[in-house]
Amino acid sequence: MRAKIALTDIRKSFPTDDGPLHVIGGVDFTVDEGEFVAIVGPSGCGKTTLLNIVAGFDRPDHGHVTVDGAARNGPSPKGIVISQRGSVFPWLTVQQNLMFGLNGRRPDKKALADHYAAVVGLTGFEKGYPHELYGGMLKRVELARALVVKPEILYMDEPLAALDALTSLQMRFEVLRILAEERHTCMLITHDVEEAIHMADRIIVLSPRPTTVQATFEVPFAHPRNLAHPEMIELKASILSEFGL
Amino acid sequence: MGKLKQIVAPLAVAAMLVAVWWIAVVASESVIFPTPLQVVTGTLELARDGTLWNHIGASLFRVGAGFLLAIAAGVPLGLLMGWVSGAFSTLNPIVQILRPISPIAWIPIAILWFGVGDLSPIFLIFLSSVFPTIVQTAAAVHAIERQYIWAAENFGVSRYKLFLQVVIPAALPQIIVGMRVSLGVAWLVVVAAEMIALRSGLGYLIIDSRNAGNRYDLVVAGMVIIGLTGLLLDGAMRRLERLKSVRWRYAR
Repeated sequence: MRAKIALTDIRKSFPTDDGPLHVIGGVDFTVDEGEFVAIVGPSGCGKTTLLNIVAGFDRPDHGHVTVDGAARNGPSPKGIVISQRGSVFPWLTVQQNLMFGLNGRRPDKKALADHYAAVVGLTGFEKGYPHELYGGMLKRVELARALVVKPEILYMDEPLAALDALTSLQMRFEVLRILAEERHTCMLITHDVEEAIHMADRIIVLSPRPTTVQATFEVPFAHPRNLAHPEMIELKASILSEFGL
Repeated sequence: MGKLKQIVAPLAVAAMLVAVWWIAVVASESVIFPTPLQVVTGTLELARDGTLWNHIGASLFRVGAGFLLAIAAGVPLGLLMGWVSGAFSTLNPIVQILRPISPIAWIPIAILWFGVGDLSPIFLIFLSSVFPTIVQTAAAVHAIERQYIWAAENFGVSRYKLFLQVVIPAALPQIIVGMRVSLGVAWLVVVAAEMIALRSGLGYLIIDSRNAGNRYDLVVAGMVIIGLTGLLLDGAMRRLERLKSVRWRYAR
């Protein structure tokens, strides 16, 4: 299988008053077409910086990212970011948000928006404003807005971390259900090892700053996965031991 | 209950202030400072012969014209300064130099350029409200949270759509706050601006009542009417904050 996303020796540091802070210290990995890769690492290790670089919002000091073999040059609708903070536009209705990414004059904007509103379970809320929705519903809007443009890649930066535990779990199942229908290439940043095991095909463990790839785990289990299965628990234990736990 | 409280409490404070004023005038046996009753009588006299409405209309027209010109010039300029960093570094020093110059200082120049008709007060009101509008609009654009800009860029929208559908609506709630401030300032300087007005306006009423026979009842009447009109104008501006597309920004 050819690599959808390839990172080659990515390095990044930020200037501070005490000299440069080396955040990423040479990261290489690839993500295959249709593969779901989760990236876990200690907090502050530069996971988000790495994702911003891969998604095209930041530039590495050294090394390069290619998507479909072409050098990454700024953000593109080919890969949509879903972040923890959320970026649903509060001045637009749910439906207007979903139609936002559909550029040009196409007659099917509304139909597409309504279709994806239904996919994520937002039917009936299309005319509402985001501030009238609660956290889980907002996440659904953001997910649907990304899906509407049929991105090849989904970049998820702790997308469910701001939700309460139950809603977060619910959304995890929703995302898995949608991914089973529309196969996207996925990169998930998370600090939740269980979430990573539940969702990903492969888990990359990053080291503390300046971060490098510390270990890689395959997750060769079919969906739906049962997290209580001994093999899962064993996998979780070996990932946690990478963090010294 | 809450609604009633909102009306009753400020009315009670106002009534108390009027009472203190009245008692103070009576107790000091002042012959020149008017009692509230004299102010009301003076106001009714002006209302009956129609001049009051002319003064209010003239002032509202000048403030409206000056304010709208300030919005028409200040909002686009503020958006430009907020969005294009080169425009900000070029224009901000000039704005900051012109901003603290009182409209009163401009009066001689206003007369020189525009004479003593309606244009001079409109120009002075424009000057007083255009700078707060520019500064607040630029600040509103600077305060746009990065995640919204990123999300728009992620969807590959054109610069035009980014500006129209993200930058402006994201900044709009704070721009409206800026417009409220600017309208307040515009109304504040109406008296100064109308010091050079010909025979109309609340500012003219105040200056003229003092000069022509020490009619302090009309001086105070003009002040009270300016205050009450200011309250109504602010109330009208606040209605803008209730629009659904800007409500998200205000906590209450």
